[in-house]
Amino acid sequence: MIALLMRDLRLATRAGGGFGLGLAFFLIVCTLVPFGVGPQGGTLALIAPGILWVGALLACLLSLDRIFALDWEDGSLDLLATAPLPLEGAVLVKAAAHWITTGLPLVAAAPVFGILLHLPGAAQPWLVAALALGTPALSMLGAFGAALTVGLRRGGLLMSLLVLPLYVPTLIFGAEAVRRGAAGGDGTTPLVLLAGITMAVLAAIPFAAAGALRVNLR
Amino acid sequence: MSIWEYANPVKFMRTSGAVLPWVAAAAAVSLPAGLLWGWLTPEDYKQGATVKIMFLHVPAAMMAINIWVMMLVASLIWLVRRHHVSALAARAAAPIGAVMTLVALVTGAVWGQPMWGTWWEWDPRLTSFLILFLFYLGYMALWGAVENPDSAADLTGVLCLVGSVFALLSRYAVNFWNQGLHQGASLSIAPGERMSAVYKYPLYLCMAGFFLLFLTLLLLRTRTEIRRRRTAALLAREVRA
Repeated sequence: MIALLMRDLRLATRAGGGFGLGLAFFLIVCTLVPFGVGPQGGTLALIAPGILWVGALLACLLSLDRIFALDWEDGSLDLLATAPLPLEGAVLVKAAAHWITTGLPLVAAAPVFGILLHLPGAAQPWLVAALALGTPALSMLGAFGAALTVGLRRGGLLMSLLVLPLYVPTLIFGAEAVRRGAAGGDGTTPLVLLAGITMAVLAAIPFAAAGALRVNLR
Repeated sequence: MSIWEYANPVKFMRTSGAVLPWVAAAAAVSLPAGLLWGWLTPEDYKQGATVKIMFLHVPAAMMAINIWVMMLVASLIWLVRRHHVSALAARAAAPIGAVMTLVALVTGAVWGQPMWGTWWEWDPRLTSFLILFLFYLGYMALWGAVENPDSAADLTGVLCLVGSVFALLSRYAVNFWNQGLHQGASLSIAPGERMSAVYKYPLYLCMAGFFLLFLTLLLLRTRTEIRRRRTAALLAREVRA
């Protein structure tokens, strides 16, 4: 599993792997929003939690098709399916690699983007905590969507349609925690629910994703 | 004699062919009758004539949810016991469910405008119906995108299972996010706020009418799917020969 993780990480970070693209996309979203809604700090601070979460979600979506598509094309996915490692484990590792290359940088960079959008200082720890707890679920659900559409020629748009509704609960609780933090309140309740969703997703979705992969590899 | 016998397409075709005219006739009688009865009910003291939208709105919303549940059951049967009729029935039900969801949303908007003063409100019920609609769209898109019919049935089955969990989760998550304008359950067994019998019985008839309409369309569409599958098999045999 560790070998697979290291392989995926190496593939993602070396030339053409697209590492950092998600981060750049996130930066562009956060730059464009003030042009759209105007530079007033008050308005920006009000919508910052939602924008940051939607931006993170879209940045995550952007790189989802890379999870399985390249391995599908060169046949290494078939090798993974026949390897002694259960396919569920492989899916989990691939989602983890996706999270490390897109989710983790977002979590690390989120406070900077929060400052860009005038997010109140009190909300910063909530933002980091919510993104850290929520983005693994985004990667895992994305891996499920990618597994469903891996064999299709133009699966990208379809995958967005399949995956985005699955992101709704994560988005609700994640943004709510940050919003409560921004209002000076306590975001523990949504944060705990968010963590619960992430745990459940990490526990159950690998089976669904591996099942979908097996169908597509048939 | 068990229900599994209907997993045999020939048996299903024979029985559904015999049942279909009766179901269709029952739907053709009960739906217009229910709607007409609803039309003739007195106006509500508060809502006026707009209360009559209920006779479309409530049954459509009820069917929208129940069709998804039916698809879930059919997907489970397909995934566990591999009966093709079940997968085809789930496929046939999806567009009907999507239309029911859309009807519920549109009639709700038309009703909400005079009553709440807005066409759309990010209310938990409204929002979860919109999400349900998105799930229907994704499900149908996946059926359309995968070429191999068995793979398509498997993938959509898995999507239906995961989607059901998330649709339910979203349903309760949105409560957390916004408190709504929409009332609670329209019909409830518990005493208290109950609907007047004047509205209740036409509503029951409309619900029955919508259900029969769904059954008619479902049988019709499933039969079409089976026939399409059969012609595809015949053509494939022709090509091979």
